[in-house]
Amino acid sequence: MEVYVPVVIMFAIGLGFGIVSVVASRITGPHRRNRAKYDPYECGIEPAPSTAGPTKFPVKFYLTAMLFIVFDIEIIFLVPWAVHHDVLGIFGFWAVLMFIAALFVAYAYEWRRGGLDWD
Amino acid sequence: MNEAQGLQIDWAGLAPMIIVFAAAFGGLLVEATVPRARRLPVQVALAVAALAAAFIAVVLNSGKNAAAFAIEGTGLGSVVLDGPGLFLQGTLAILAIVAVLLLAERRTTRGGDFVAEAAVVADSAADRAQQREDGATEIFPLTLFAVGGMMMFVTAGDLLTMFVALEMLSLPLYLLCGLAKRRRLISQEAALKYFLLGAFASAFYVYGMAMLYGFAGTVDLAGINRAGVSSGQPRMFLYLGVAMIAVALLFKAAAVPFHMWTPDVYTGAPTPVTALMAACVKVAAFGGLLRVFNVGLASSAWDWHLILTIIAVATMIGGAIFAVTQRNIKRLLAYSSIANAGYLLVGVIALGDAVGQTMFYLAAYGFTVIAAFAVVSLVRDGDEEATHLARWAGLGKKSPATAVVFTVLMLALAGLPFTSGFTAKFSLFAAALQADELGLVIVGVVSSAILAFPYLKVVVLLWLNEPAPDAPTVNLPSPMAGTVVAAGVAATILLGVAPGPLLDIVDQASVFLNT
Repeated sequence: MEVYVPVVIMFAIGLGFGIVSVVASRITGPHRRNRAKYDPYECGIEPAPSTAGPTKFPVKFYLTAMLFIVFDIEIIFLVPWAVHHDVLGIFGFWAVLMFIAALFVAYAYEWRRGGLDWD
Repeated sequence: MNEAQGLQIDWAGLAPMIIVFAAAFGGLLVEATVPRARRLPVQVALAVAALAAAFIAVVLNSGKNAAAFAIEGTGLGSVVLDGPGLFLQGTLAILAIVAVLLLAERRTTRGGDFVAEAAVVADSAADRAQQREDGATEIFPLTLFAVGGMMMFVTAGDLLTMFVALEMLSLPLYLLCGLAKRRRLISQEAALKYFLLGAFASAFYVYGMAMLYGFAGTVDLAGINRAGVSSGQPRMFLYLGVAMIAVALLFKAAAVPFHMWTPDVYTGAPTPVTALMAACVKVAAFGGLLRVFNVGLASSAWDWHLILTIIAVATMIGGAIFAVTQRNIKRLLAYSSIANAGYLLVGVIALGDAVGQTMFYLAAYGFTVIAAFAVVSLVRDGDEEATHLARWAGLGKKSPATAVVFTVLMLALAGLPFTSGFTAKFSLFAAALQADELGLVIVGVVSSAILAFPYLKVVVLLWLNEPAPDAPTVNLPSPMAGTVVAAGVAATILLGVAPGPLLDIVDQASVFLNT
């Protein structure tokens, strides 16, 4: 069970940090109420006034973000292969090539279908 | 250690999945290169050809009973090609061909039932613009990815491969649910609901897998079965692991109390996608359940028997009673699919005695339900499907052919003799009796009797009521949807009148490797 002692200590530190922060800010901090503090997602700033109903804003960047994540993960998979490519041999080479080809198809699709155009 | 050198791979055994996945990637390249006007025929041809080739590859594999990967002659559990796995793969390929033809239907709605972007704000300018365009053809690669995942799911011999396959079949389906061209908002709601609850179920699966790994020291199903007898770990790990994995699989199978998503998603998703879910996902989910419980958890049957029995009873009774109160044809079929999940669970609980009959039930139910949803997509109020049951009144007088077809399908779902519904239920319950599950069989028969009521109510509505003056029109199907309906009805009657050949096949294919 000794191996779990650091985990328990970690939990204790985490819990203690949370309690100390909340209690300390309750005791020492100034208490000034305003409308923003009663918002469901309070961040201290009153939100800019908006028209009635949900506001719409373009979320086109999500395509770029998704592409970034895909290639980010590709790198994560390539690094262990590169480190051990001598052990994995020609089979590992073809496996990784297939993996890259699959991602390339997805990239070609997004590119050709205009996923990378901003407007 | 050079493990890669000693690795033997049964490429022919993997061929069905490789073909389907390769065709899915090919479909993406078609989207990227072929001009929009020519995409539909190319995509449909590619998808149907790939699924047909996959089916042939499965047939060529028949009789195999080994792992697809082996090191120095010792099989690895990751992909297991055995009787049930191959039979379900073949069933999936055939059902998927039928579903793809339904997806390709373009005569009932001009330009097809699908849009290209699911996440566009409903009724915004961009959304109205994409509704005017011809339907998206990305649905075909997405369907192929999902079907490939299902094929992997029913042959996965360890929990890790099974999880990868589970995600592979789920993610395209979440997206497909949100692509309806009409009633965008409810379609998006369906996609989001399915995604959130499905992601939650997947999390349960991973946690359960960790528990079972803690218990058995392996994720291999056969190894977990051995550990059920010999593991020195606390039994609590096993209970928690089984419970959590069962939550995830029963969610996909739509069993009470994990069924909440089913009616909403079935209603909101485009009808061809609903057909795909009701037929193919059902096959895959129960294929997975059969394998996990028969191969992985048979030795601990006493630990989970009671809880699974309770779930099966709740599913059979709950699905049937809720089906009685439905006024929307798609919701009615959704609750009927829940009740049918209950009957199939009886087959899972009966373990080895009922594997073949459960698979027969899956095949019979799949064909009937695809054809039923195909008919639903033909009956239309102007642009939209007339899903409210009252609108179907007197359809027999206006379009007798459609009404006859739908009557046959309803009678099959109600389980009347000379339809596949009867032979499937009869053989399944007979097998359950052999496994000493008398109580479950009684509940199943009572539930079937309750469930027959809403179906017969629809039949009465079709034939004995007067049509309203503004009754919905029945669109003549194109050869695509026509083939779907014809194939579904033909299989329904054929499996009802002459079930012998298929029952023989499932009998021979009913033994899992490593049980």
